Amino acid sequence: MSDVALALRQVRYTNKAFWRNPGAAFFTFAFPLMFLVIFTSLLGSGTIEVAPGVFIKQSTYYVAAMSAFAVITASYTNIAISVVFQRDAGILKRTKGTPLPSWAYLGGRVLHVLIIAVLLVIITSAFGVVFYSANVPSGVLLLKFTAVVVVGAMSFAALGLATTAIVPNPDAAPPVVNAIILPLLFLSGIFIPFGVDTPEWIRTVARVFPVKHFADAMRAGFYGAPEFLWRDVLVVAIWGLAGLILAARFFTWEPKK
Amino acid sequence: MAEPVIQVRGLRKSYGEVEAVRGIDLTVEQGEVFALLGPNGAGKTTTVEILEGYRQRTAGEAHVLSKDPAKLDRATKARIGIVLQSTGVDPFLTVRETIDMYRGYYPHPRPVDEVIEVVGLKEKRDARVNKLSGGQQRRLDVAIALAGDPELLFLDEPTTGFDPSARRNAWQIVRNLISLGKTVFLTTHYMDEAQYLAKRVAVIAKGVIVAEGPPATIGGRDTAQTVIRFRVEDGQGLPSLGQVPLGDGTLELRTEHPTKVLHELTVWALDRGGELEAVEVYRPTLEDIYLELTGGEAGAE
Repeated sequence: MSDVALALRQVRYTNKAFWRNPGAAFFTFAFPLMFLVIFTSLLGSGTIEVAPGVFIKQSTYYVAAMSAFAVITASYTNIAISVVFQRDAGILKRTKGTPLPSWAYLGGRVLHVLIIAVLLVIITSAFGVVFYSANVPSGVLLLKFTAVVVVGAMSFAALGLATTAIVPNPDAAPPVVNAIILPLLFLSGIFIPFGVDTPEWIRTVARVFPVKHFADAMRAGFYGAPEFLWRDVLVVAIWGLAGLILAARFFTWEPKK
Repeated sequence: MAEPVIQVRGLRKSYGEVEAVRGIDLTVEQGEVFALLGPNGAGKTTTVEILEGYRQRTAGEAHVLSKDPAKLDRATKARIGIVLQSTGVDPFLTVRETIDMYRGYYPHPRPVDEVIEVVGLKEKRDARVNKLSGGQQRRLDVAIALAGDPELLFLDEPTTGFDPSARRNAWQIVRNLISLGKTVFLTTHYMDEAQYLAKRVAVIAKGVIVAEGPPATIGGRDTAQTVIRFRVEDGQGLPSLGQVPLGDGTLELRTEHPTKVLHELTVWALDRGGELEAVEVYRPTLEDIYLELTGGEAGAE
């Protein structure tokens, strides 16, 4: 069997196990929809200027924001927490003792995350179309949009793998992961859109980290504004590459003492 | 003669200031079951994990299937099966799925049902892993290690925490492996396990090998003196054979000629129409030897 076939086979087993853990699967899918409903109910009545002179309904804004959130949850949060659990249970150590190449195992995990992310984006978008009259990208924009989702999911998955290196045990996994991602989600306008009075330091933070670039690219995919910039995709990809390099250097296969 | 499957010379491993393995030599030949026996903390797991490729040795030479275990290539890894001391599998897959997943990593795997049969998990074939008992999960560990049809199998404390009947079952599984011609490297802190399964035993204590050999002769067990204990009502005329009184009226003697000594004692007793009361004749058990060698740390958990 070729290495690629091995990785794909790993995706199949990861997927099987994922859906048999209904608690985890349910929340991965329910969270973005739940937040979409909550934020739209709280803040979704007005309009928002997403680019100079371009106004959209806030409910539409949240469809894009929650799709981005869904991808980040499915990739970054999901992979970081579940891999720490697998590491602590000795599953990774056992795998390391087999002839399976490391990259095929981890590549299988990343590919699985990508499938889940795509599913989540489709569900969130469909929900948005039905309840919040969101636009769905088509044509060239759809291709660009797909590229954004793929690059985003894989980059955040790589960052999730890198994050496991600083998590000592499964109990610490959710707090550490949330402490990293939650502030970034807020500082990147995912939950509360940036306005004219958003402080400059927050804008700077948002420019450095990948979350806002990713969300902006997703948003551009949904309603063509602000303009779709490959630069945003590139920033996300660079972060993903950094995550991959850090993971290659610091990832451990054995439980931490 | 075929090259040894495992060959180790002067192996050392330090964790900071602590030297866990302090220069050990081991040779394991093809098709033999070798047991590394020692109390907890003696360096068993460190040694076996160096040979499995999980740890880097600090010094010394090591060859596993003629390769350096610190840099095992894929082809060599495919010839090795590993049962770690503590390890997990995905709780949501079934027994059959789990074995099948691991089989896929190897070039010449054994059929799933055959592996399930060898470890006796036939009834649990379609049960999810999280529904298995501890003993069944351990059998699954062995099944996974066997899935790739390895030549060499590492078993790190395979029966720790088992009840007696589960241990008997596990031993039967290892015996089955022997009949398949596998080379088995076993670590254990149970004397009876080493005695029952292994052709050769090395006793490790505080990071050094203190004795090595077949279970029947290890530590001079075969040449050790036989101990004879008995009581007599009236010791008048008892031949002097070097017996010493113990506190409770029992006499004890040690001899290299038990047949002769016993003959003299029984003749004396029969002549007087008496009896050698509470007579005991025994040779040191593997456990006695082990306790002596490891400084009385046996079974310290």
